[in-house]
Amino acid sequence: MSVLSRGFGRGRSRPADDRLPPGQYDAGDAFPVLSAGPTPHTPLARWDLAVDDGTGTRARWTWEEFRALPHEALTVDLHCVTKWSKFGTRWEGVAVDRLLQDVPDPAPYVLATSDGGYTTNLPLADLTGGRAWVVDTYAGEPLAPEHGGPARLLVPHLYLWKSAKWLRRLTLRASDEPGFWETFGYHLYGDPWREQRYSGD
Amino acid sequence: MTDTTDAVSARRLDGNAAGGPLAALFAVDVTAARSRCAACGTTAALGEHLLYADAPAMVLRCPSCTEVVLRVGTREGYVLLDLRGATLLTVPVPVVADDGA
Repeated sequence: MSVLSRGFGRGRSRPADDRLPPGQYDAGDAFPVLSAGPTPHTPLARWDLAVDDGTGTRARWTWEEFRALPHEALTVDLHCVTKWSKFGTRWEGVAVDRLLQDVPDPAPYVLATSDGGYTTNLPLADLTGGRAWVVDTYAGEPLAPEHGGPARLLVPHLYLWKSAKWLRRLTLRASDEPGFWETFGYHLYGDPWREQRYSGD
Repeated sequence: MTDTTDAVSARRLDGNAAGGPLAALFAVDVTAARSRCAACGTTAALGEHLLYADAPAMVLRCPSCTEVVLRVGTREGYVLLDLRGATLLTVPVPVVADDGA
């Protein structure tokens, strides 16, 4: 019985590469687009990014305000749970540390919420310490909607479903509430190097 | 607002394409079943829903409001079915062949 969706099962043999986590293959120049729904196209005039401390909005940026925040350039490898990896991708964005700097005593977990209703959960510790960004630029160009533009979360050390496209809100939470794929049996944490694809891995 | 011409939309399927995986679970052809959306109340045949298959599981969405109705996938020898957005599934009672007819 073949019930796999189209994103799966394209693994292929290649020489060992220490950049490649277990079970992954190098997608090369391709940048596959996986999508569980229609691509949102929120006008920039109506876009904002909010940080909620669990009791209400503590910080909010319009598009112009977000663009004016200090941006960093980063080059990272991506690892998708559907088994493709992509090396050396170039992004620009704002460190999540900067977005959370004015929240006193943040709760230990974060739920990221996107246009279109997508959610994913992460420990706060994985979004801070210079390990996560909200990016608006890919390969020197404005981030395309199909890849999560105008702005997406980027947490390259976890499987890419944690890097929520079309990000609009980060909500700090006392508990680790499963997000869209996590409620379908995907791993709460999603470390590609420990191959944490599913709950129980 | 959603784009109807982008690559994601171009690869969108209709719910009939979920018939294979769902046949592993249901005794009837469930693509003909009518489902009422938990979000907007629209009732439509599952075969007429919007299917996004380029994802870690098949995601079936309401043709009216595009909210998630159903997710189906497999892993490690198990079928997973999430019916979060289907408040009521209506299917015809299967016709049983009558040898005397």
